[in-house]
Amino acid sequence: MARIMLENVTRRFGLVIAVDNVSLPIIDGEFFALLGPSGCGKTTTLRLIAGLEVPTAGRVHIGDRDVTGLPPRERDVAMVFQDYALYPHMTILDNVGYPLKVRGVGRREIRERVGEVAGFLQIAELLERRPAQLSGGQQQRAAVARAVVHKPQVFLFDEPLSNLDAKLRLEARGFLKHLQHELGITTVYVTHDQAEALALADRIAIMNQGRIIQVGTPLEVYRRPQTTFVAGFIGNPPMNLVPCRLEVGVEAAHLVGTTFRLDLTSLRDRLALTLRDDEEVILGIRPEHLTFCGQGDPFAIPAETYAIQPLGAECVVILLVDSTTLSVRLFTGEPPQQTGRVWVGVNPERILVYRKSGELVLG
Amino acid sequence: MTGGAPILSRRTGFFFLLPSLGFVSLFILFPFVWVFYLSFTNQTLTGVTAIQSRLVGLANYQRLLDFETWMTSGQFGNALRISAQFVVGSALIGQALLGLAIAWAFYRWRGAFREIVYTLVILAWIIPDVVVAFTWMAFLDRDRGTLNAILQLLRLAPVDWLIQQPVLSIIIFNTWRGTAFSMLLFSSALATIPPSYLESAEVAGASGWQKFRDIILPLIRSHILTDIILITLWTFNTFTPFLITGGGPAFKSELVSIYTFRIAFQFFEFGRGGAIAVAMMLINLVLALTYLTILRRQGVRT
Repeated sequence: MARIMLENVTRRFGLVIAVDNVSLPIIDGEFFALLGPSGCGKTTTLRLIAGLEVPTAGRVHIGDRDVTGLPPRERDVAMVFQDYALYPHMTILDNVGYPLKVRGVGRREIRERVGEVAGFLQIAELLERRPAQLSGGQQQRAAVARAVVHKPQVFLFDEPLSNLDAKLRLEARGFLKHLQHELGITTVYVTHDQAEALALADRIAIMNQGRIIQVGTPLEVYRRPQTTFVAGFIGNPPMNLVPCRLEVGVEAAHLVGTTFRLDLTSLRDRLALTLRDDEEVILGIRPEHLTFCGQGDPFAIPAETYAIQPLGAECVVILLVDSTTLSVRLFTGEPPQQTGRVWVGVNPERILVYRKSGELVLG
Repeated sequence: MTGGAPILSRRTGFFFLLPSLGFVSLFILFPFVWVFYLSFTNQTLTGVTAIQSRLVGLANYQRLLDFETWMTSGQFGNALRISAQFVVGSALIGQALLGLAIAWAFYRWRGAFREIVYTLVILAWIIPDVVVAFTWMAFLDRDRGTLNAILQLLRLAPVDWLIQQPVLSIIIFNTWRGTAFSMLLFSSALATIPPSYLESAEVAGASGWQKFRDIILPLIRSHILTDIILITLWTFNTFTPFLITGGGPAFKSELVSIYTFRIAFQFFEFGRGGAIAVAMMLINLVLALTYLTILRRQGVRT
């Protein structure tokens, strides 16, 4: 077990900056997710920790050691690859035991320790088979077993669930979280699936274009996304982002959209601190903080129903407000009684206000 | 191509095949049978037996396998020994090993240096035989050869390569000549291995040699065997070294292929030449069958 420390790490590939001056402390024993769209540099960051890439600038520490120049095999890490990378010509026993074999562990001890791990991961009866004879979920467990078997200091996952079907993926999520909790090994987990990151991680770093945009616990990044990028990336459906104009007077403050005018007088002082009168801003509000209401509500926005998606436990309603869409999440699961022209009320406590450039100024 | 009626009837199809069948019979099948027949006669090009040849049974083969003299220079056993050295040296050690080494060295290496090396190696492979042979004679020449010029620059004594080291000369020549095939075959085999296999081994703690032995080698084993089958047969049958050493001096670099040529087309003893050719074919057959058996066994295992 060890903490990981990235210090101003940059990785360039020719003219492309894959990882741009990233500094990141990862706490000993935590489950840390790197989240972002494809091409954002999250996998490169993981490979920099593994030692499969060498940083163009910056240092990488694992535990108390500076491992920047060390090859992967001297870093005492284990990695699970997206395609699992199980060797087709070896049995599962040989695959899982391979990290022990290259460390010169004897055959009998390998068998013993693989047996132990296999029992824990419920692949004990598959040890004599070859990877091609295993299902996707079993292969994934075998790959995890190979990573666990030599008790590494750090566990690295590169989108390990993306090759599984939806049902297996949910199952594997629970299994991975339980496993990490049991072993307590520092884990870095790369994914582009925000739900996976929220479900698994103790902390999440959201990356875009080689940079880290925000680091925080799942609740922090969900509740207070620092930029509109994070707000639009996290949550399903993601946060509603509505362009508006701010009117700040001596006494009052209003958010003015093309078809609505919300009274934010209670927040006037805080708004006036950072924003100018007549400044263009973006209103952010989660779908669950919108409710259907009457026309008289001071926080009501007129809208047009566009699509209704009943999901069983909840119901997601897509609305049109002028040219932007708004999602509303109804936890009763009941579809709204009214369709066509409706009014949705904004919960003023839950409003986030972003600058037009994207950074959070109020929330 | 499963199911569905054939476009042509069997009869029409056969009709279309006829011309090529004719050529194959005329130029391959007939000479083969004829050589086989000749090997049991004392047919020659000149002299009495040119007109009045007769069947001599196994006499030609007995003469080939006369174990009292067959290892003396200019005899079949001697040629066989030199061919064995030549095959092991230039095909197995030279081409296969060097080809694998180059392919492995440039695995995951893209860029100008790789392109230059690959182009040079392939160039050595596609230049016509005669041109290549003269180039090498010029390279190895005692008095004005490039190699000796280089040696002299290094203050080393010149060597008369073609006289003093004829077998080594043709081994190096043939390695240089044919490595491209193995290199290309191995580099395409390596390209089929996902990089994640090697990366996961690297993270697991494997050294370069362990990665090669445990991951690469088992995964390209069938390619290695295929390569070895083909280059062994090609090297065993190649005649190009004749253009450099002429089999000499004093039969010291006389391969079986050159020996066959000498008996059949320099001594004009067609009967004996036929017997050697048949023996050569049998050796090829045994080699091919051995490799194929190993290959099939490998196929069952993986």
